[in-house]
Amino acid sequence: MIRTGQLQDLGRIGYAEAFSLQKDLADQRKRGLIPDQLLIVEHPHVITLGRNGHMENLLASEEVLRRAGIEFHATNRGGDITYHGPGQVVGYPIFDLREWKRDVVDYVRTLEQVILDSLGEFGIEGGRVPGCTGVWVSGKKVAAIGVHISRWVTSHGFALNHTTDLSYFQYIVPCGITKPVTSMRELGANPSRDQVVGALVRNFSKQFGLDFIRQDQPVEALTETF
Amino acid sequence: MTDVVMPQMGESIVEGTLTKWLKKPGEHVERDEPLFEISTDKVDTEIPAPASGVLQEVLVEEGKTVAISTVVGRINEAGGNGASAPAAAKLAPAPAPQPQAPPPQPSAPPPPPRVAQPQAPPPPPVRAPEPQPVVYAEVESSNGPLSPLVRKMAREYGIDLRQVKGTGMGGRITKQDLESYMSAQGARTMAQVTAPIAPVQPAAVQAAPPPAPAPPPSQAVTPIYTSQQAAPAMPRAESPRARVEPMSTMRSKIAEHMILSKRVSAHVTTVHKVDMTKVAKMRARYKDEFNSRYGFSLTYLPFVIAATIEGIHQFPIVNASIEGNNILYHNDINIGIAVALENGLIVPVIRQADEKNIVGLQRAIVDLSTRARSRQLKPDEVQGGTFSITNFGSFGSVFATPIINQPQVAILGVGTVEKVPVVVDDAIAIRSVAYLALTFDHRLIDGALADQFTGKVKSVLENWSQEVL
Repeated sequence: MIRTGQLQDLGRIGYAEAFSLQKDLADQRKRGLIPDQLLIVEHPHVITLGRNGHMENLLASEEVLRRAGIEFHATNRGGDITYHGPGQVVGYPIFDLREWKRDVVDYVRTLEQVILDSLGEFGIEGGRVPGCTGVWVSGKKVAAIGVHISRWVTSHGFALNHTTDLSYFQYIVPCGITKPVTSMRELGANPSRDQVVGALVRNFSKQFGLDFIRQDQPVEALTETF
Repeated sequence: MTDVVMPQMGESIVEGTLTKWLKKPGEHVERDEPLFEISTDKVDTEIPAPASGVLQEVLVEEGKTVAISTVVGRINEAGGNGASAPAAAKLAPAPAPQPQAPPPQPSAPPPPPRVAQPQAPPPPPVRAPEPQPVVYAEVESSNGPLSPLVRKMAREYGIDLRQVKGTGMGGRITKQDLESYMSAQGARTMAQVTAPIAPVQPAAVQAAPPPAPAPPPSQAVTPIYTSQQAAPAMPRAESPRARVEPMSTMRSKIAEHMILSKRVSAHVTTVHKVDMTKVAKMRARYKDEFNSRYGFSLTYLPFVIAATIEGIHQFPIVNASIEGNNILYHNDINIGIAVALENGLIVPVIRQADEKNIVGLQRAIVDLSTRARSRQLKPDEVQGGTFSITNFGSFGSVFATPIINQPQVAILGVGTVEKVPVVVDDAIAIRSVAYLALTFDHRLIDGALADQFTGKVKSVLENWSQEVL
């Protein structure tokens, strides 16, 4: 049976606000009050540090960041340091993996697959780099992944560079790996944000066996009409 | 003493890095309270304590990577003698089951309306028809390597890639290029059929899928193109004979579901004529009292639901669904009832309908349909149905052939109840008669069973004797 999940495309939303929404949803998900959730957001300029992050990968002082209009947050996700900003499609799946597979590595590989397949829809052939979680195209990272799991419920997720201004990555060593970053635009694909989100949602549906309902739509549009 | 071990977080995982102890030795921890964190491949996981007690010792330090099942610490359940810890624990009881205010809907900030706008690429010029070369599916483009996707699309649609202009890196052909090429071709084909047509926009249709698309069939693209191209050219856009209006989300969801259902299930409809006289009498007898006691009227529908449930008890396969090669027999009987809305319909679900009597069923019907019309149903009230009933009789239909509500395998349609002359014991009598139409999925349900089931429903209704109040 296809499970039902809820999808919210929140558009531009502050990192802290999205983080507290994630926590709230993850908490409800753990208690079984809501089905799996997929949040799609875009953040204003922000640099975040994962739980295992190393401050030395932040190349600019907080003062420099402030002047550049970039926020800084330490978070509880996996992974090192990363940048989020306009033009990036950020996805936060709040999934209960017990209803899918109790396998955190498989989960991350599947997130990669969702992004790989979505990129494929726009003619971009991405790949994986062993030991470097994320999605790569010709040695450049196009999407970053960092996940937190508590009682098998996921939070945080991925950030796909769509039309991101890549110069902002100069302030950090992304994920602690000194490899270049890229974006879909730089790779020659110019779909709209809605097209990218559409492809991601489709591939999430496929990979995780979820039928997504948009939360931002009236409930009568939900399901089981005939 | 309970050992705390490095858990296995997935099949292929043999070790984990303990990144952080969330409790110090000597501290009290509740069972299921996060105790430590581990990290595997960009995933940080909080591990809950296996037991309540005092964290007696920590055997693996932060930052160490150990094999799964390694004992990383020990919890002393006798906890009380853990010196200072218990006091602290008392002060701050761990995530004790707080009386949780019923958290209502996920408290999302009101999301900006973000309806996918069909962003039509500039309409391709409509040219005079020119002879097209025969397709060369496998021909390589001169513009460098092709992605497997582009190659596949070219093969599927029979596109000569030499005709396509690449706009990707180094003139490489992208999916978009193929789409705009195909939409131009589509327009051209159409132009041959009828001259003055507004440019078609299959590419736009494909490119901006309806929000929250159902998991598409592997080649979601195909049917859209084919239907677009195969459809007879209808007057559009500028034509004064038609008004263009985008489908509402609900409408496109309905459209999607109908087609999906027709494609998935082998629909067959069987119709039984039912003498509803006894039910009609029962209803007439209690109508006024029912109304004054409960504030809503008694209809035929709860009787039909009750009879259906008896049928399901006898033939549970009607309440099943298909999953791969398995049949899922649902233990719950959750009856969906179709409710017509102003511009669409929705099927709220009466959960565990078998646990309700006629009053309870009628109350559920009134409640769900009222809230459906005022658009106040909660998501879980339209999910999880195992069988559906549609009451088209309320609009005067005698019988119809409903479409199955996926992933269910049957739906019962109730026609209008009419007084008609019928022959009873060789005499003509006036009876209240209705047609029951059962559409069933012939993949799972055989005709004989479908008729036995409907026959059972019929017989319960025809012999109704149970008092309502």
